[in-house]
Amino acid sequence: MSRTIYITGIGAISAQTEESVFSEKSVVYTSNIFQAISPNFKEYIPAMALRRMSKAIKMGLTAVKMALQDANVELPDAIITGTGEGCKQDTEKFLGSMLSQEEDLLTPTSFIQSTHNTVGGQIALNLGCSGYNVTYSQERASLESALIDSVLLLNEKPSLNSVLVGGVDEVSNKITSFGYLNGFLKQEEIENLSLFSHKSEGTITSEGAFFFNLTTENKKDSYAQLKAVSSFNAESPIEVSEKITEFLSRNSLRPKDLDIVFLGKNGDLDQDKVYDELQYTIFPKTCQLAYKHLSGEFNTVTGFAIWLSCLIFRRQQIPDILKLNAVPSSNPKNILLYNLASNTSHSVILLQKP
Amino acid sequence: MNRGVAITGMGIISALGNGVEANFNALIASQDGITFPEILKTKYTHFPVGEVKTSNLDLETELQLSDEHSCTRAALLGIIAAKEAIKSSGVTAKELLTTGFISGSSVGGIDATEKYYLEYDKSTAHHQFIPAQHPGFTTNKIAEHLNIKGFTTTISTACSSGANAIMLGARLIKAGELDRVIVGGTDCLTKFTLNGFNSLKILSEEKCKAFDDSRNGLNLGEGAAYLVLEAEHLAKNKQILGRVLGYGNANDAYHQTASSETGVGAYKAMRDALEIAGIAAEKINYINAHGTATRNNDLSESNALKQIFSSEVPDFSSTKAYTGHSLAAAGALEAVFSILSLQNNLIFPNLNFSKPMQESGLLPITELKNKSVNYVLSNSFGFGGNCTSLIFSKNE
Repeated sequence: MSRTIYITGIGAISAQTEESVFSEKSVVYTSNIFQAISPNFKEYIPAMALRRMSKAIKMGLTAVKMALQDANVELPDAIITGTGEGCKQDTEKFLGSMLSQEEDLLTPTSFIQSTHNTVGGQIALNLGCSGYNVTYSQERASLESALIDSVLLLNEKPSLNSVLVGGVDEVSNKITSFGYLNGFLKQEEIENLSLFSHKSEGTITSEGAFFFNLTTENKKDSYAQLKAVSSFNAESPIEVSEKITEFLSRNSLRPKDLDIVFLGKNGDLDQDKVYDELQYTIFPKTCQLAYKHLSGEFNTVTGFAIWLSCLIFRRQQIPDILKLNAVPSSNPKNILLYNLASNTSHSVILLQKP
Repeated sequence: MNRGVAITGMGIISALGNGVEANFNALIASQDGITFPEILKTKYTHFPVGEVKTSNLDLETELQLSDEHSCTRAALLGIIAAKEAIKSSGVTAKELLTTGFISGSSVGGIDATEKYYLEYDKSTAHHQFIPAQHPGFTTNKIAEHLNIKGFTTTISTACSSGANAIMLGARLIKAGELDRVIVGGTDCLTKFTLNGFNSLKILSEEKCKAFDDSRNGLNLGEGAAYLVLEAEHLAKNKQILGRVLGYGNANDAYHQTASSETGVGAYKAMRDALEIAGIAAEKINYINAHGTATRNNDLSESNALKQIFSSEVPDFSSTKAYTGHSLAAAGALEAVFSILSLQNNLIFPNLNFSKPMQESGLLPITELKNKSVNYVLSNSFGFGGNCTSLIFSKNE
């Protein structure tokens, strides 16, 4: 992989807004499941169409339109989507009716909109984009898979002007609440901002959509360079450190060259041990940031950290609410995002100031 | 010159049987695997399906799984097919630690969700299946069981998932990002999909008749198939079964579930596949069509075929009448059939065909045909407008 890739447009919908994070007025939630803040969807999607859309479709399509407007692109060449849990609301609707009506009198709308590629397909349909279109659904590495494909694609086809890549996941009533049953969510209801002070198992969850316009053309006003993305297996914290160091060295960097490391800590006692170890071993002198106390944990939430990184580069400002340590970073150039996808699966994304 | 990416192993389980040989024998005997649902518990027992006639329990026993496993049917089928592919390529346990795994799945383990959904609140008995409905879960179970540790991901583009997985694997090898990768797809029959397709009124109550004027819908199927793709330096000492020579991916951008009449997406996918392969359209000796036997797909695909092969459409057939439409696995199953076609210089018939479609007049191959086959085009189109075409070639 050799070509330089730039992020030239961003669109995000989450439980926070740019204003809430950068003006230090984070939105506070008191349930372990909370929803994204809806923009005025009607500004982006005709009202007639909106009525039939689940939250994932609305959020995905709107984030796409925000990113394209921001990049001043009308029609992308490719659309690559990541979604860990797809269209849960429609799945739940169809599944619920199928079970309660004992396979009788079912209408197809929710089935049609239940497939994991619904959002990717709806984006293509809405934009009239017949280009390359793939949806990845690899649990917490779904967006990373989409990013890996987009880097590959831009290297294969230098002629492409615009690759739209992003992630989306939604909250649904029943399926999301199953998180209380299998240990994914904390048993006790907590306030999101206190996520890292509860020493208990489980996390908090929400939803969102994050889309990015990528191009190999160096535009003056690009947000960031997408230097590299990798997802890898590692069994122990030592192996994780080694693999991260290897990843950095492939990109001609050492851990100490990083200005910021964005950690995917989610407040789960067990999982956070991996992050704690990294904080003390390879990143003790790096400005450490966390974000899931603002966004909640969900499969494509690293999109939130990419979006924040783009804004940090642009605004040259690091909101205090993100900081895990007191190491300053006045003019950050290299940001590493590290996220734990499962006990043995990990992902890293390297962003550089253009 | 484009030599394509070497295929050094393959494995399959479908309604035609367990293993490449069983599938091949059924194909050449024109013996379909279409029956009525017995293992899938549904009230719609009158819809013919391509069901693998082995229960989950028997599959679990065959694989010697422990009692605490959380493999759903798609994972079980996937493990069986991937194991065969690994064995046929001679990949060692040590090599699997650095081998990639890219699997397509549309509904993953939703068969478990529909079974236990109403129980989760009341009992902890099946909580290990709570995340099973998401496609990545199934992929991870297969990778865990086989101890595959390289780059692992899941593609979920409905009925083109398996084909897209093969495409991504080939691209990663070409780019030098991976040396070896197992690619394919898995999906099992579920009440969710059977009821979904029934609500769309596109299931046939007869055995499906792809490209026939009187076609009236598809038969669902299930199965899994995987290929082992390897970089040249690894493949050179192995038997190479065939090559992934070309691939194309496009979106029809017409409707969430229906294909455009002109088949814009299908046309573009085929055109791009030919371009990557670096061959002219007339070089194609056989097309394994998507051919689901719905009114809509076959018309759209026929129009796209006529457009791309302007003078004469090459020999083509849909093998969906053998296996049913196995959704995300379809592209992978049909990749195995395409390779068998190349290896044996055979074209497998399009079963149950009697009368050409009025609109196209196209005649699929209806009897097993022996002829030199050097290039096979395989089509997979899905909901969401996702269209993918692959071109396979002999190792020459």
